Formats: sequence, C-alpha cells, structure tokens
Amino acid sequence: MSGLWTAARDRLRLNPVARTASYLIFFVALLALVGPLLNPNRFDTLDWAHPATPPSVIHAHWFGTDRLGRDLFVRTLDGTRISLAIGLFATAVSLVVGALYGAIAGYAGGRLDRLMMRGVEILSGLPLIFFVIFLTVLFGHHALLLFLSIGAVGWLTTARIVRGQTLSIRRQEFVEAAIAGGASSFRIIRKHVIPNVIGTVVIYATLTVPQMILYESFLSFLGLGVQEPHASLGSLIADGAAEMEAAPWILLIPGGLLALLLLCFNLVGDGLRDALDPQES
Amino acid sequence: MLTIRYFLRRLGGAVPTLFLIVTASFFLMRLAPGGPFDREQALPADVAANLNSSYGLDQPLVAQYARYLGALAHGDFGPSFRYRDFSVTDLIAQGMPVTLSLGTLALALALGFGVLLGCLAALYRHSFVDYATLGLTIAAIAIPSFVLLPFLGLLFGIHLHWLPVAGWQGGDWRHLVLPVTVLSLPPLAYIARMTRASLLEVLRKPYLRTAFAKGLPMHTVILRHALRPTLLPVAGYLAPAVASIMTGSLVVETIAGLPGIGRYLVQGALNRDYTLVLGMVIVYSTVLIAMGLLVDLLYLWLDPRIRLEA
Amino acid sequence: MPVESTDSALQVDALSVEYASAAGVSRVVRDVSLEVRRGQCLGIVGESGSGKSQIVLAIMGLLGARARARGSVKFLGKQLLSAPTATLNAVRGAKLAMIFQDPLASLTPHLKIGVQLGELLVRHARVSWREADARSLAMLQRVRIADPEQCMRQYPHELSGGMRQRVMIAMSLLCEPDVVIADEPTTALDVTVQAQIVDLLRAMRQDFRMGLVLISHDLGLIAALAERVVVVYAGRVVENLAVADLAGSARHPYTAALIECAPTLTGRRQGYMPTLPGQPPGPETAGEGCAFAPRCARAQARCAVERPMLSPPDSATQVACHFPLSP
Repeated sequence: MSGLWTAARDRLRLNPVARTASYLIFFVALLALVGPLLNPNRFDTLDWAHPATPPSVIHAHWFGTDRLGRDLFVRTLDGTRISLAIGLFATAVSLVVGALYGAIAGYAGGRLDRLMMRGVEILSGLPLIFFVIFLTVLFGHHALLLFLSIGAVGWLTTARIVRGQTLSIRRQEFVEAAIAGGASSFRIIRKHVIPNVIGTVVIYATLTVPQMILYESFLSFLGLGVQEPHASLGSLIADGAAEMEAAPWILLIPGGLLALLLLCFNLVGDGLRDALDPQES
Repeated sequence: MLTIRYFLRRLGGAVPTLFLIVTASFFLMRLAPGGPFDREQALPADVAANLNSSYGLDQPLVAQYARYLGALAHGDFGPSFRYRDFSVTDLIAQGMPVTLSLGTLALALALGFGVLLGCLAALYRHSFVDYATLGLTIAAIAIPSFVLLPFLGLLFGIHLHWLPVAGWQGGDWRHLVLPVTVLSLPPLAYIARMTRASLLEVLRKPYLRTAFAKGLPMHTVILRHALRPTLLPVAGYLAPAVASIMTGSLVVETIAGLPGIGRYLVQGALNRDYTLVLGMVIVYSTVLIAMGLLVDLLYLWLDPRIRLEA
Repeated sequence: MPVESTDSALQVDALSVEYASAAGVSRVVRDVSLEVRRGQCLGIVGESGSGKSQIVLAIMGLLGARARARGSVKFLGKQLLSAPTATLNAVRGAKLAMIFQDPLASLTPHLKIGVQLGELLVRHARVSWREADARSLAMLQRVRIADPEQCMRQYPHELSGGMRQRVMIAMSLLCEPDVVIADEPTTALDVTVQAQIVDLLRAMRQDFRMGLVLISHDLGLIAALAERVVVVYAGRVVENLAVADLAGSARHPYTAALIECAPTLTGRRQGYMPTLPGQPPGPETAGEGCAFAPRCARAQARCAVERPMLSPPDSATQVACHFPLSP
C-alpha cells in the first residue's frame, strides 16, 4: 500500500498542473478560514449606506456589497467554507456507505453480490438529483438532511469500485488460506480487504468532493439548500444572476471562486487517477 | 428473431422499474409534513377541509394511490394543485416541446462535436488540438452550468449585445443558442474524451493495419473501419448523457426563463405541488428508460458479434 | 548484393529498422538486403523476434510512428521507403499485397466480407460496387470457398479459420498484384487446414504468376513453396540460398540447426528431436561479433569479436560466417 502512495506522490510531483491546482485549493481553503477574521464586517450586517457597491476599500468592502448592503468578501468566504465543509462531509458519508456496501457485495460474492449490484445498477440509471430535490422538499431544509441526501447520491461509484477491488482481493491465495484457517469474515475484511482498498478509495474521494460541492451548490442555487441568511456559493451565484446587469461582481466573484475550486479539484483528481490507471499514456 | 425476444425481455424489465418509481414517489410525497395548500397564513378550517376533499386528500392513502394509478392508466396525471386551472397533463404538454427541443439540440451538439473533437485529438495526438481539447474538456466538466450560463449571458448579452439574455419568445433561435450550448458542454466533454481514448485503442488493432495495407485512404479507413468500434463506448454513455442533459435542463430553464418541464419541476418542488412533481418524475423516468432501450438497439447495430449473444 | 535485374519486382537494400526509447536504441532489422523476382517465391525464415515481420512491415510502410527505417525498398523501380502516403496507397493492396498472420484479428469485425473485398476494387480498379461484388464472388470461388454468395454476406466471426484465411488470400489477389507478402499464413490454423492452405497458395501462384514472399519460422513450409530462402537471425541475414540446396548444402550453422529441427524437412518421425539451446539476443544488444556465436557449436575466438559479412558479395548465394559448413 505504501507503494501506491509514493507512486501517487511522484506522479503528482511530475504533473505541474495538478500540483498548482492542489496549491490553489489549499490557498482558497486557508482564505476561507482566515479571511473573514481579517474583515470587520459580518455576513449578515446590512449596510444600508452602501447597497450594491463594487469592490473597494470603503468600509472594507473588498469584494463589494450585494443589494441589501451585505459585505461580499465575508459572505463569499463564509459560503466557500460552508460549501467545502458540506462537500467533505458528504464525501465522507458517501465513501463510508459505498465502501461498506461494495466490500460486503464483493466479499460475499454469488447471489448476494449480484442482487446488491443489481440495486446499484438500477439506482445509477436514475437521475438521483430529482430524489434529492424530493427529499429536501419533503423534510425541510435541515443541514443534516442536506449532507445525507447529497451523500446518498455519491456512494454508487464508490460501491462499484470497492466491490471490484474486493472481488479481486478475495480471490487471492492468502485470503483463501485465511478462510481455510478458520478466520472470521469480519477479521479478514478488516485485516486484508480494507487496507488494500483504502488507496483507491482515497483517489476517488478527490473526484467525489467536487461532485458533492456541485450538488450542494446546485441545490442552494435552486433555493433548496443552504437557507438565508447563511450563504453558500450556490445561493450567492443565484443572487448574482438576478443582479447581473447592474452589479456583475455579485455574480462574478462567487461564480469565479466556485469554478476555480471545482476545476482544481478535478485536475488534482484526474492527476491522481492517472497515477493509478495510466490508460491515457 | 433473437433480437426481438431480447428486446421484449428488456421492455418487460423496464415496466416494474417504472412502477417502483411511481409508487415510491407517491408515498414519499404523501408522507411529507405539510401539504400543498399551506401558505404563510393558515387557511380557515372549513376551507381547508373543502379543498382537501375536492382533491381527494382526505381519503386513506391506499385509496388515493389506487385512484392515481387508475388515472395514470388513462394518461391522466391529475390536476396541478398550484396552477388551479391546469391539469398536470396540460402543463406537461405545454412544457415538453420546449424541453425536448432544448435537450435534443444539446444532445446532437454534444454528439456531433464531441465525436469530431475526440477523433481529431486522437489522430493529431500530442498536437495543439489534442492539448486544447483535453484542457477544454476538463473546464467543461468542472464548471457548473449555473455559473457558466450567467457568465456567458453577461458577456454575450449585456456587454456584446449579440444574444438575448433570457426568455423564450416562441422559440426564436437566438434565445436557444446560449442555453443549448451550456447544456451540451458537459456531455460533449465526456464524449470527446471517450472518443479520443477509444479511437487510440482501435487504431492499434490488427484489422486497422490490414485496412492501411489495402491502400485505402485515411478517411475511408477511419469512417468505415474505425468509427463503429470507436463509438461503442460512446453508445454506452448515451443514457447517462441524456440524464445529465435532463438534470442540466432544470437549471438552464430556470436561469434562462424557458417554459419547459424542468422549470415546472423546480416550481412544483418549491410549492409542494404533489401531482406536478410526481408527473414530472414519471415523465423523466420514462424518457430515461426509453433511452436505455434505444441504446441497447444501437449496440446491436454497432457490433454484430453481440447479436449472437443476445 | 544481388545484381539488379529487369525481372526484379521487389528489391530491398541495406534496410535497417530501429526504435528509440528511454532505455536506448533497439535495432530490430540490421542491414537486410533481398530480392524478389516476378513469379518467384522467396522465403524468409527465422525464430520469433528475429525481425522478419518487421522487414515486411517496413516494405509495406506499416511501421509504427516510433520506428526509424533506413535503406532502400524499390518496388517495380519506385522507392517506397519513406515515400509519401499517397504513393504508398497507390501501390498497397493493388500491386503489392499482404496476407496477415491471424485472420480473425486482421479482418474488420463489423463489416461483411463482401464489403471488405469489394472496397479494394472500388478504390483501386475504380469500378462500381456491383461490378466489385461480381469480381469478389468470382475470386471467392477461385480460392475454393464452398458457398461464395453466403460468404459475401457473412461477418468474419461467422466463418471458420480456414475460410477466413482463404478470404485473406482472395483479398490479396483481387487486384492482380505483382508481389504478395504472406506473414505466417498457416501459423494460426489447425494442422489439417494448414495443408489445404499450402495447396491453395501453390495453385494461386501458378494461376497468377505473382512474386510471393513467404515468412515463416517453419522451414518445412518454406521448402514446400519457395524457390529461394533468406535466413534471418537477430535482425540480420545470415544466409541466402536456393531451397533445393537446403537439405544438402546449407552452410551457416544456424541454418543447419533449423533444418535439423524441422521434422517435415528431414522426414524424421521418431527418435530424439533436436532443439536449439539458448535464446537469440534481443534487439538492444549491439554486440561486436557474430550474434549466433554464443549458441554455435563451431564458434571460435574470432567469432566473438569480428562480425562476419555476407560473402561472396554480389552473389545470389551467400553466407555470413567465419567457419561455414562445407557444402
């Protein structure tokens, strides 16, 4: 397994694009954490004296203000923090669920495996985003529900990959030997399957995070995600789109930031995946 | 003959799936707290009771379900709870042409340009075209449509005045340019990458070498000998592509103000309009399943070897 | 080097093929010369990895992008090596045709046989598809396919191995070529079918009078069909002789060993089946002396340091060895 990590790190070192992208992500994350502390404004302060002003130094409205006079610097970075947090949490949820599901299916094999994978197949064929919308409509805008429903969309790919890996590990001789020696399934999964699978799962995690952030922004954009007065990049973009003509910065800044984040995550994820599946060479 | 039997079998598998979706959606919707008539102020009790009974909401859940299924069988999706004068069927009929034209154009664009770009990138490997394609595809996949569409609207609509920013105007082509383009970009990107990888593989096959050894010109070799096997994985992506376009149409229609069924779905979700949302979900699911079947047919045509296995 | 005669259809001079990689330079073909006359069959024999396939791929212009080829390949007087694609395409498939080793992999799986045959005529003979189909049908009959009409409508995976190879042969003969190159035409086939294909090739040679280049690791096959044979080892020609002289007058130790190992040639059926110990060197090794020296029973000190040249020069019969067997 350590071989996997060093291989991945080396590959990344050679890939300047992915390296730059990862630095950018760290920078943005740092900014999101520290930035609001540097600015005297709060995210929900209404500055009636300066509604919809472009970025300037007045009153430390470095990114300008929106229609209600709220400072965009703080709101955008707060939104970024929320989007990142949701993205990471939802990814964690989907990874755990997916990995467990996939490991069980792959380890059990036979009919159980087929049944479980059939379920995954059917679910993959449906645009689950509709059901996420459903759930959010049904049960209100609780943050926890948001995490769970977004995570519910992402576990399918992880499940497939983990199942595939588990199947091939299961067939290896040392596992057969362990089973013959009377080791319990649980012990085998814990000792043999999981360590070997973690590497791949982490790689796909980097590709899942932007997906989750995207879903959350999508929902927030439609008004079904993060609610007022809190902001998420998605809701900020929705606000910005409405004010596009008169105050374009309200759209451009959060929009640009979201695009940048997603782009960087995808570049890093692509780079890491190439390190493991060099099909493109 | 084998083909027809296989096809019927697949069709038979699709119906239970659809049934499952309808049932799950129905019961989920009903289980939700709150109802379609909730407003900010509570309605007087008798008015609420009247509304509930006229829409059959006071009946036991199972009875409502049975009624719904019965109506469905007649193609009746029930009345919209919000748009009181319209039935869901009306709304679907109104919105479908818009969404269909949007989606079909986007799919055609994604397929046409995606395959073309992918082939060029593969044939001129390591050239500017190749790297540009790879770069653009990553951007197209990563940047969400609800960011790109307003950006482009800002650029082309407000600053350059080339295109209108939003609206439908009865289908005037200028109003379609931006939405269709933005909608087609993510699947275009995937298709381009897939085609590139696939063609690179096919070019290494022995039968391609035979084709070149026969003195056939490059365009004949690519079009006649390489294209169909190259498109096989792309065919597998068609159903997810349609799903992606359907999801994307929700956003695009909302932002661009296009009166399609995507926008109705979003409104319905926000208004808790049960029947509307249910109707939309059924329509979308049916389209997806139909796509799945069509793709199977496409596979059979693309690779004759599969016919034997079917 | 053989004198260029007016009868010469294909003339290869000092052909070298190399691949550059991070590990170094791989020379798979080194300074190979050969000649094929009209109506003549030349065999190229060697172990797998000896570079024999690379020679013909270079002739046909089918080498990969990473290959560097040098030397001269003259076909009917025209230089083919590094010629522009248009020049190559005018000749390939029409006057210079090739039959590949594995017919299942070498035929396009999603096209009907009729299309794969007809497109040659449509392209090279500029006839209509209807005319092309008629001619393809006639050719399928000539290669002794039982039901030619049905075959035209079938896909490659629906045919048997022998039928597929017949189709490949038909494909090569459709435009009445001057030279046909056959790369291991029987290797992928069952033993019973192999004999049929050999018969077919012989008959086609008689009917069409084209030059035939036959590549194989099986000396017996070459002896059955060819008049002359070129022996290739580690990318070089080590002997050039007439097939009639094989049994008695082979002079290079490697050729002699090959003859010993070929059951069909010696007629040996029982007893100890000799094998050649060791492995041929890979293309990466430059090596100073004779490449065969490590495996040669007759090797002396000189063989390890000085590479033997083909001699006598300008003769049809040559051998590259310091201590050749006496004829």
